[in-house]
Amino acid sequence: MSQSTPASATADIAVKRRFRLKGGLSLWIGGALVGLALVVAIAAPLIALTDPVMSANLMNAELPPSLEFPFGTDAQGRDIYSRIVYGSRISLTVGVVSQIVNSLIGVSLGLSAGYWGGLWDDLVSGLTNLMLAIPSLIFALAIMAILGPGLVSLVIALGLTNWSYSCRLARAQVLSLKSQGYVQAARILGYGDLRIMFTQLLPNMLGPLIVIATLGMGSAILAEAALSFLGLGIRPPFPSWGSMLSEARDQITTVPWLSVFPGLAIFFTVLGLNLLGDGLRDIFDPQATTRRT
Amino acid sequence: MADSLLALDDLAVHFTVGGTFAGGLKTLKAVEGITLDVKPGECLGLVGESGCGKSTLALAIMGLIAPTRGRIALDGRNLNQRARLETARTVQMVFQDPYASLNPRQTVRRTLADPLRLQGLRDKAEVDGRVMDMLAKVGLRPEHADRYPHEFSGGQRQRIGIARALILRPKLVICDEPVSALDVSIRAQIINLLLELKDEMGLAYIMISHDLGVVEHVSDRVAVMYLGRIVEQGGWQEIFENPRHPYTRALIAAIPDPFHRAPAATVRAKAKGEIASALNPPPGCPFHPRCPIKAERCVSELPALEAVAPGHRAACHFRDRPQ
Repeated sequence: MSQSTPASATADIAVKRRFRLKGGLSLWIGGALVGLALVVAIAAPLIALTDPVMSANLMNAELPPSLEFPFGTDAQGRDIYSRIVYGSRISLTVGVVSQIVNSLIGVSLGLSAGYWGGLWDDLVSGLTNLMLAIPSLIFALAIMAILGPGLVSLVIALGLTNWSYSCRLARAQVLSLKSQGYVQAARILGYGDLRIMFTQLLPNMLGPLIVIATLGMGSAILAEAALSFLGLGIRPPFPSWGSMLSEARDQITTVPWLSVFPGLAIFFTVLGLNLLGDGLRDIFDPQATTRRT
Repeated sequence: MADSLLALDDLAVHFTVGGTFAGGLKTLKAVEGITLDVKPGECLGLVGESGCGKSTLALAIMGLIAPTRGRIALDGRNLNQRARLETARTVQMVFQDPYASLNPRQTVRRTLADPLRLQGLRDKAEVDGRVMDMLAKVGLRPEHADRYPHEFSGGQRQRIGIARALILRPKLVICDEPVSALDVSIRAQIINLLLELKDEMGLAYIMISHDLGVVEHVSDRVAVMYLGRIVEQGGWQEIFENPRHPYTRALIAAIPDPFHRAPAATVRAKAKGEIASALNPPPGCPFHPRCPIKAERCVSELPALEAVAPGHRAACHFRDRPQ
C-alpha cells in the first residue's frame, strides 16, 4: 500500500514508453500530417494568397508554378495553392462529420445488438452484412443522385454508407466485454441496460473505435474526391480537392500542375490519417497495455 | 421453508448448443434438478470440479440466467416477482477474477457510490460516508477511493470487489471462487476478511470452490456438485468425516496431504479420468465411469439424493456402505 507513489511513477513511465515505442514513427508522422491539414483548414484565410473563387482572371490562365502562384493557376486564372488551402476545409469537414455520423450509427447499432442479442442482433447483423455487400461508393452515388450535389448531401451520403465497420467492431467488443465480471456485477447491482452500455461498456471499447474512425476519415476523404470527380460532390466554383481533379482531367498531360497538387494534397492527408490510425491501434493494442501488472 | 433466505426447488438450467451442421442441436444440462436452501447467517460451501455447473447455478440465483425449470425464492418470494433494485439489496456476488471484475475506467469511489445512488440515496455526504465506511471495513485506506483498479494488487482488488458486493448491505453473498485467482499468501487474508464481515454484518454466504480445503475452513454446510447435480450434502463435519458418495471421497482424497495424515483408504478413493461432457452425460449415475465402486445398477439407474443421516443426503446406490 505504501508503494503507491513508485507504482504510479512506473505507470507514467509505462505510458511514455508506450507512446514512444508502440505508437512509434507512424503515429508521429501521421499526427503531423493530419495536424498540418487541420491547421491549414482552420487558418485558410490567413495562409491563402488569393480568394479561391473570386480571383478568376483569364489573363493569368494556366500559368505554371511560380513565385506569385506557387502551384500554378487553373483555366480561369485562379491560384491553385489558394484553392487547395480552401479545399482542405471541404475535405476535412466531409471526413470528420461523415465519420461522426458513421460512428454514431455504427456504435449504437453494434452496441445494442451485441448487448441485447436475439432478434435485434440478427436484424442488425443482417443489415451490416447487406451494407458490406453493397459497394459503398455505388450506394453513396445513389444517395447523392437523390439528394443532389452539395456539402450536406455529401456528408449524409458518406455518413449513411460506411457505418458497417464500426458496427461490427462495436458488436464484437461488446460480446467479449459483456461476460467480464464488472459488467455482470453492474447487472447484479441493479444497473439498467442503458446505464451499463454507457458507463461499463462504451468507455472500455473507445480505443479501437477511435482507430476505426480515424481510418474511416481517410476513406471518406477519398470517397468525397471520387464523388466530386464524378460531378456529384461539391459544385464548382467552390474548390474541393476532388472537383479540382475532375476539372483537370482533360489537361493531365498538357497542364499537369492542375491535377498533381490536389492529388498530392489528398495523398498526404489520407496517408496521414492512415498512419495516425495505425499508430493509435498500436497504442490501444490490448497486448501493449500494462493493465495487468 | 419459510425461514430460509434462499430456496431452490428443482432448479434446472439448460442451454441449447450446436447447429444444423454440427450434428444437430443439443441440450447442455448445466444445472439439473437442484433443491437447496440457505438460512440467514449460514455459510454453504458448494464444491465440484470445473464445468460441473457451480457458476451457472450462481448466475441463475443472481437472475443473470433464466432457469429452464424450477423455482428460486429469495426471502420467501420468487426471484422473477422481485424488482431488480430490491434483489440487488438482498443478494450480491464476489467474483473469481479480481482483474476482470472491476471496471478499469472507474475509480473505486465511483464503483462503490453508483449502486448507492441507484438505490435513490441522494445525499452526497451520506453516500461518501458509506463508501468510506465500506473501504475501512475491507481494510483499504480513504485515499484509495480515488484510484483506478490498475493501481491495486490482486488482493486489494478483491477487497474492492468485496466492498462492492457489500455496499448495499445484502443478506446473502455468493462468493464464486473468491480466492482461487489470488496468490496463496493472500488467500488466508481474504478468507479471514470474509469471515469477519460475515459476523459483523450478519451475512449468509454461498462459497463456491473447486477446492474442498477452502470450503472446509468457512462452511457450516457443504453441497457437492457433479455434472449439474448435487451428489451429496450435509454439515461439513459429517461430509469430511463420513463421506457417503465416492465423488466426495475422491475430492477429499485430492486435498494435498504432504504429511500423510489421512488414512490409507482415502488414497484409493481418487477418481479416475476426466469429468464427462455435460452434453453427453453417461446413463444412470453420472459418476459411474469414474467410480471405484461401480456396479451394474449404476449404469442404468440414476440414484436419488436420499438421507443417510439427519441433514446428510447422498445420491449413491451404495450410500449405506461404509468406505
